Amino acid sequence: MSELIVARHERVLLLTLNRPQARNALNNALLEQIASELEKAARDTEISACVIFGNDRFFAAGADLNEMAANDMPATLNDIRPRLWARIDAFNKPLIAAVNGYALGAGYELVLLCDTVVAGDNARFGLPEITLGIMPGAGGTQRLIRSVGKALASRMVLTGEAIDVHQAQQAGLVSDVHPAGLTLEYALKLAKTIARHSPLALQAAKQALRQSQEVGLHAGLQQERQLFTLLSATEDRQEGINAFLQKRQPEFKGR
Amino acid sequence: MDAFILSHVEQGVMTITLNRPERLNSFNDVMHQQLAECLKQAERDDTIRCLLITGAGRGFCAGQDLNDRNVDPNGPAPDLGMSVERFYNPLVRRLAKLPKPVIAAVNGVAAGAGATLALGCDMVIAARSANFVMAFSKLGLVPDCGGTWLLPRTAGRARAMGLALLGDKMSAEQAQQWGMIWQVVDDAELADTSLTLARHLATQPTYGLGLIKQALLASETQTLDQQLDMERDFQRMAGRSDDYREGVSAFLAKRPPQFSGK
Repeated sequence: MSELIVARHERVLLLTLNRPQARNALNNALLEQIASELEKAARDTEISACVIFGNDRFFAAGADLNEMAANDMPATLNDIRPRLWARIDAFNKPLIAAVNGYALGAGYELVLLCDTVVAGDNARFGLPEITLGIMPGAGGTQRLIRSVGKALASRMVLTGEAIDVHQAQQAGLVSDVHPAGLTLEYALKLAKTIARHSPLALQAAKQALRQSQEVGLHAGLQQERQLFTLLSATEDRQEGINAFLQKRQPEFKGR
Repeated sequence: MDAFILSHVEQGVMTITLNRPERLNSFNDVMHQQLAECLKQAERDDTIRCLLITGAGRGFCAGQDLNDRNVDPNGPAPDLGMSVERFYNPLVRRLAKLPKPVIAAVNGVAAGAGATLALGCDMVIAARSANFVMAFSKLGLVPDCGGTWLLPRTAGRARAMGLALLGDKMSAEQAQQWGMIWQVVDDAELADTSLTLARHLATQPTYGLGLIKQALLASETQTLDQQLDMERDFQRMAGRSDDYREGVSAFLAKRPPQFSGK
């Protein structure tokens, strides 16, 4: 059985992490597979959104410690891992994490990298790196503080203690909480709702949301307006507005 | 090691007997640890479909064993929060989360945490001679083991205040009149009645019963809107269970259903 199960649900790509014996630990091979699948999906005009899921007990419980332990300083300096993460981060379509059970360390960093997070009522999130004498190395300190603010982010990074799904939702880390048995189903439903919209509009909106993390408000507003203007040249925009005015379902073509 | 907790499983029922009769089954640390082991088994074993908790001897449980606590008036103040955090809170949380019915058969006095533990079980059957004592206030303490949450919800605020502030003894019959427990039976019938109920529940659609329990407990803190969403989700899950299928087939075929609990 493959360690990454790839499935299609209409215009939604579903990636299921499948290393149950290692609690879905994200080793380089698995990150590489995720990156490759997302790169394929980025080029595939039949795909509009992607959901990443683990299993009912683990989303992913961290990095592969054996792999990491073998790396000394020079090896860590030249580690391929940051490039794998960058490839995943470069995915240009909506990316949804569907989390049941534990999302810890690298598993949680993968969740933080996703655009939105749907979680089961048994989900727990944490960055326990500090307890191993290391620290988050794939965005944990950066993405967390940008979504929850200094106090909670520092608490999580410095204590290594996990938070439950309700804290995570309160803090804005999770958009929806469902009974664990329905998490994946609802995540796919959400992804399908997203995937009904114009592919180009989704990409532009995602880009604008991403850029808000990079630049000041003034520059962000300018970029937003440029992307908005770009969409005005698409056929899908015409179709979207026409369908609304004619009270029918739009048929988007991705151009 | 002393067996402060006796447990056995029969016909789908795990019977847990609090067993320090000479100390009215009051809790000490070892007893808590042994109870936690039983709960672990109850959580993991699918063949256990109902939990029945009772006490050995003449009492149900007298709460925390004060002999175990630092009560030297000249010593430093003890940290009672520690044992609440380590033992009582996890116990209450685990019983509430357990997706199977938990029955308390209250055979005698239930005092302090023993009373709040008993009243917090899903169904409570008490012997007519049993009584409940919110003893905390008389020692300068606060009802723990879920007491302050449970009392206003089962007895109503006015009665909860009276019970908790006065710390007087409440008879089993009073508890039943106030709707705080399910049933009172004559002392001699307690064991049979509670075991019969437990065995009945152990043949029922356990998965569905677990969802009912979670939904009712959640209703204590949720809004109507949240609760309606939860009912939709739980019904969706229940509708996919083997037992729902079996229940419908049996109904249509006019035969008694054979529920597997899944």
